[in-house]
Amino acid sequence: MSDAAQASGETVADTADALLSVNNIEVIYDHVILVLKGVSLEVPAGGIVALLGANGAGKTTTLKAISNLLHAERGEVTKGAILFEGEAVQALTPNDLVKRGVIQVMEGRHCFEHLTVDENLLTGAYTRSDGRAGIQRDLEMVYDYFPRLQQRRTSLAGYTSGGEQQMTAIGRALMARPKMILLDEPSMGLAPQLVETIFDTVKRLNEQEGVTFLLAEQNTNVALKYATYGYILENGRVVLDGDASALRENEDVKEFYLGLSSSGRKSYRDVKHYKRRKRWLA
Amino acid sequence: MGDSLLYFIEVTIGGLLAGVMYSLVALGFVLIFKASGIFNFAQGVMALFAALTLVGLMEKLGVPAWVAIVMTIGVMILLAWLIERLVLQHLVNQDPIILFMATIGLAYVLEGVGDLMWGSDVKALNVGLPDGAVDWMFDLGIYVTKLELVAAATAAALVAVLAVFFQRTRIGRALRAVADDHQAALSVGISLRTIWVIVWSVSGIVALVAGIMWGSSSGVQFSLSLIALKALPVLILGGFTSIPGAIIGGLIIGVGEKWAEIYLGDYIGHAIENWFAYVLALAFLLIRPQGLFGEKIIERV
Repeated sequence: MSDAAQASGETVADTADALLSVNNIEVIYDHVILVLKGVSLEVPAGGIVALLGANGAGKTTTLKAISNLLHAERGEVTKGAILFEGEAVQALTPNDLVKRGVIQVMEGRHCFEHLTVDENLLTGAYTRSDGRAGIQRDLEMVYDYFPRLQQRRTSLAGYTSGGEQQMTAIGRALMARPKMILLDEPSMGLAPQLVETIFDTVKRLNEQEGVTFLLAEQNTNVALKYATYGYILENGRVVLDGDASALRENEDVKEFYLGLSSSGRKSYRDVKHYKRRKRWLA
Repeated sequence: MGDSLLYFIEVTIGGLLAGVMYSLVALGFVLIFKASGIFNFAQGVMALFAALTLVGLMEKLGVPAWVAIVMTIGVMILLAWLIERLVLQHLVNQDPIILFMATIGLAYVLEGVGDLMWGSDVKALNVGLPDGAVDWMFDLGIYVTKLELVAAATAAALVAVLAVFFQRTRIGRALRAVADDHQAALSVGISLRTIWVIVWSVSGIVALVAGIMWGSSSGVQFSLSLIALKALPVLILGGFTSIPGAIIGGLIIGVGEKWAEIYLGDYIGHAIENWFAYVLALAFLLIRPQGLFGEKIIERV
């Protein structure tokens, strides 16, 4: 864990009982394409941890390595280990993982288009065996958190709006009664106002239902506003991590991810020029 | 009632009942295609294999028909499990064409195993289904066999059961979820392997029903597996992913080929029945490639 975390001594101070720990993993697709080059991170129980970075930095791959969905895309963790509650994830199927409380909400929502919103939510409860009453209760809970879905219960998910689909996807994951939700790009393609709504709900779920979140986001601004801790990925490596508040104040983060600098907002031309030069040198 | 009208009714009913048979085979295709995106070339051979097993069990063990049917269902479930274990599991995430090729291989294996176990001679299948003409209709001047009616009723019952299974049960919902989006299904913890075993079992049982019906009317022999070829135009007509499509497609082809044979035969030469379905399918491919009931691709803008 980084200095920033120890210095602040708040949220992630207690690393011993991390719910999830990823230790120096390497991921290779199709036996040749090296995507993650040693990523380590920890998620404490009850935290909201953000995984930040540009396109292709390896955020989604990290999440899929944790939920073990990589295998379905011919990806493979070739080095390192991922532990959820101290148990190695690699030997488990996605089905086992959902039963143990880790579920992923994939990038681009991935609702079941030809199923109704209600049915979509119910598929989330597929792995549960605690009877109808509990499932029904949770269904109502999901509708309490997402009142907009209530009106769309019987519509096919394919015909609902992007925001509603994102809500359906999160609600579907909730139906599995997870300890931890891996949330991939919840803001993708949504209006700013909706993004706030979604993140608000994430925060409330975290506080009221005790769900831990690991979320991948390109929208650094919003993510750092709601998260407790953040990791910044570049080219398959963690380049920076720390408490969200510390990251928000970090000059580099401001400059590269928030579009701010000490001299205020830069003009588009300058930023572009600067970045281009930087890339040549690198 | 004039004779020509009576004749028309008889031809139509005959066509509908033949269509039901096609539908039964097409149904098996649709189930597997929906849940796994695999075009199962072996579906026809599965019907043959099921019928062979049924006859074999009845002959060799001398058990009553219903016991043999239950045992055959067991064999078809075992077969589904084996197929998943030995074939599908190793080809996960491969191109559809590779899986298609695998099912061609499967067709030959099943055919060979069926012959090896039960012999390749034509066998009569008699599970106690009624035969002969339906009397009151015969009195009216229409010839319809009881077997055909039983086949139609069975198909209807089968579709009703499947519809309830798909719409109302947890497993059925999971099957539809898998059909919609493999990845998402995986992400909510639906085990694709379990689903595949289930769906191959179900279509194995559908194949058994088709095998019993066809076997009862024309004997259990290799040509049984060729009815699968007739199911292909049915699928194109009805849409590869639609259960009602398979049924209605089958009926249209059944009636269409009988009508064409009777009413066009004199003008453009006979034996239309043999190719009519394929021409119809070709026309459909040009005009409405997703079929009558194929799932529309939902695209939001």
